[in-house]
Amino acid sequence: MDRPTPSSPTPRGPRRSRHWGDLIFAGLVGLGGAGVLVLVFAILGVLLYQSGLSFRAFGWQFVIGTQWDVRDNIYGVVPFVSGTLITSAIALVIGFPLAVGSAIFLTTQAPRWMRGPVGTVIELLAAIPSVVYGFWGLYVLGPYMRTNVEPALHRYLGWTGAFNGPATGTDILTAGVILAVMVIPTISAISRETLAAVPISQREAALSLGATNWETTRVAIVPYARSGIFGATILGLGRALGETMAVTMTIGNRDAVPTSFFSQGQTIASLIANELTNSNGPLQYSAIIEAGLILLFISLLVNVLARLLLWRVLRVTGGSTE
Amino acid sequence: MKFDRSARRKLWSHTMTVLAGLCALVALIPLGSVIYQAVLLGGPVLSLSFLTSNPPLPCTPSVGTSCAVGGIGSAIQGTLVLVGLAAAISVPIGLAAAIFAVEYRGRFLGLAISFTADVLTGVPSIIAGVFIYAYFVIYDPSIVFSALTGSLALSVIMVPIVTRTCEEALRTVPHSLREAALALGIPKWRTTLQIVLMTALPAVLTGILLSVMRASGEAAPLLFTAFGSRLGFQGFNNPINALPLLIYNFAESPYKNWIDLAWGAALILIILILIASVLSRLVVGRMVRRMRGG
Repeated sequence: MDRPTPSSPTPRGPRRSRHWGDLIFAGLVGLGGAGVLVLVFAILGVLLYQSGLSFRAFGWQFVIGTQWDVRDNIYGVVPFVSGTLITSAIALVIGFPLAVGSAIFLTTQAPRWMRGPVGTVIELLAAIPSVVYGFWGLYVLGPYMRTNVEPALHRYLGWTGAFNGPATGTDILTAGVILAVMVIPTISAISRETLAAVPISQREAALSLGATNWETTRVAIVPYARSGIFGATILGLGRALGETMAVTMTIGNRDAVPTSFFSQGQTIASLIANELTNSNGPLQYSAIIEAGLILLFISLLVNVLARLLLWRVLRVTGGSTE
Repeated sequence: MKFDRSARRKLWSHTMTVLAGLCALVALIPLGSVIYQAVLLGGPVLSLSFLTSNPPLPCTPSVGTSCAVGGIGSAIQGTLVLVGLAAAISVPIGLAAAIFAVEYRGRFLGLAISFTADVLTGVPSIIAGVFIYAYFVIYDPSIVFSALTGSLALSVIMVPIVTRTCEEALRTVPHSLREAALALGIPKWRTTLQIVLMTALPAVLTGILLSVMRASGEAAPLLFTAFGSRLGFQGFNNPINALPLLIYNFAESPYKNWIDLAWGAALILIILILIASVLSRLVVGRMVRRMRGG
């Protein structure tokens, strides 16, 4: 070997006797690696194949169709795409400030003894299964939204038109709030990681110029970690877009474009959960799979973007369990 | 004037600290409320027979009779079977992929695998269920709803998690260890298995534990694969129950005894997952300290 391979930690030795063991081992682990790569294409392939019927029937009309009509067998995905986007937007609007605020608190403001334990407890939020959040949403959050939050929103913000209709507690808004709870640990944990990775010299420089604790955070630390926080937020968005159980249990499950935050609605994920196994015939089945394919495309796009951002910032690998 | 400004800046700084602290506090409220509710409603139904007997038939209490709460035995058994088989499928694949990505890294493929696994962890879990369902509808419709397809759907979720966590574990092993082993003439495959993997073992096991934890809380991919059943394990080609599935199916039912049962199941699930979560953190913490030579 005349060209050195600096990336490989072990230069290949001259031991021909052990050559076969190494070869077989490399082949086996390579197979596992190939398995991970093949998985993505297998998922894409199966979904593409099964959505063929719907695609041939509706073409691009499927993507812009606002109707999901089982009786006339006309299917359009807009009700679910809009439900997905609106609930995720609510989740980010509520979850982002809370998550980033707590990340800032835990990395720069909190007393040292508090940082580890409180951070761990916030991350435990991610460990609670989605279906348990849904159950909680059904029996605790939903009724609270119905009797307290939604009447108040209607009273003060009813003039906007977005907070009209009967307050039921099983609607777009409740689903969005549940999603906010679920994205907080994701955004908070990775923001914390990027904030903690800011060099101490940044902080010291600002403090030595006489900045207060908060000014240091605002001018020297947060801007440095900005793209990491952005990546964390997009990752949280990815989680909100595809969350199924909690949303299915709280959104009201109605196949129509929502007209207000109090409308019952449906996300792509909840559509699949509700209708995949009891579809009325092959066309609806195929349409549901195509909706799933759209969800897959959206979440792949969002996750690739988030990972590219985070890989550049952290240069390591973190937070892969969410 | 100068003093005023400085005082104002200090006040502002303290205000923002309090605000940020409030964010952390508000973020914790849901966790407290979920746990409180599960203990309040699920606590009373817990007993030894709750863990072993099967779910009851639906029942509305009338005057003079009471409804049997039954238990979640079949769901616990189902979760064990599903997650056990899923782990048996996904751990070898994920671990192999991790070894490939770390020990053979630098090649483009290694990086591609890490990245793909990272992206796969973000793919909605329901897509895993749709994928397995849609595949088996073509391939063999008779076993679409079965323990086998349920396990396959869970392993689609577990493979990327095992890959990423094991990768991180392997990366914590110092290079000097590998070099020392290779310098002694130990071939690369034995170095990897006996030196690197053994050194990283606690963290590798933690990674596997994390993926098991995640899989045992998933209901979405099981909706159209494992499907659920009131009975226990009936063979790999028959439907099977699981804890999260039971919670979903019973939570929205109108029967009080089913709802009570679901709260009990939720409490058990929370307890199991919190224990596993805290355990894994402790192991990783110890491991990191040891690697830093503390």
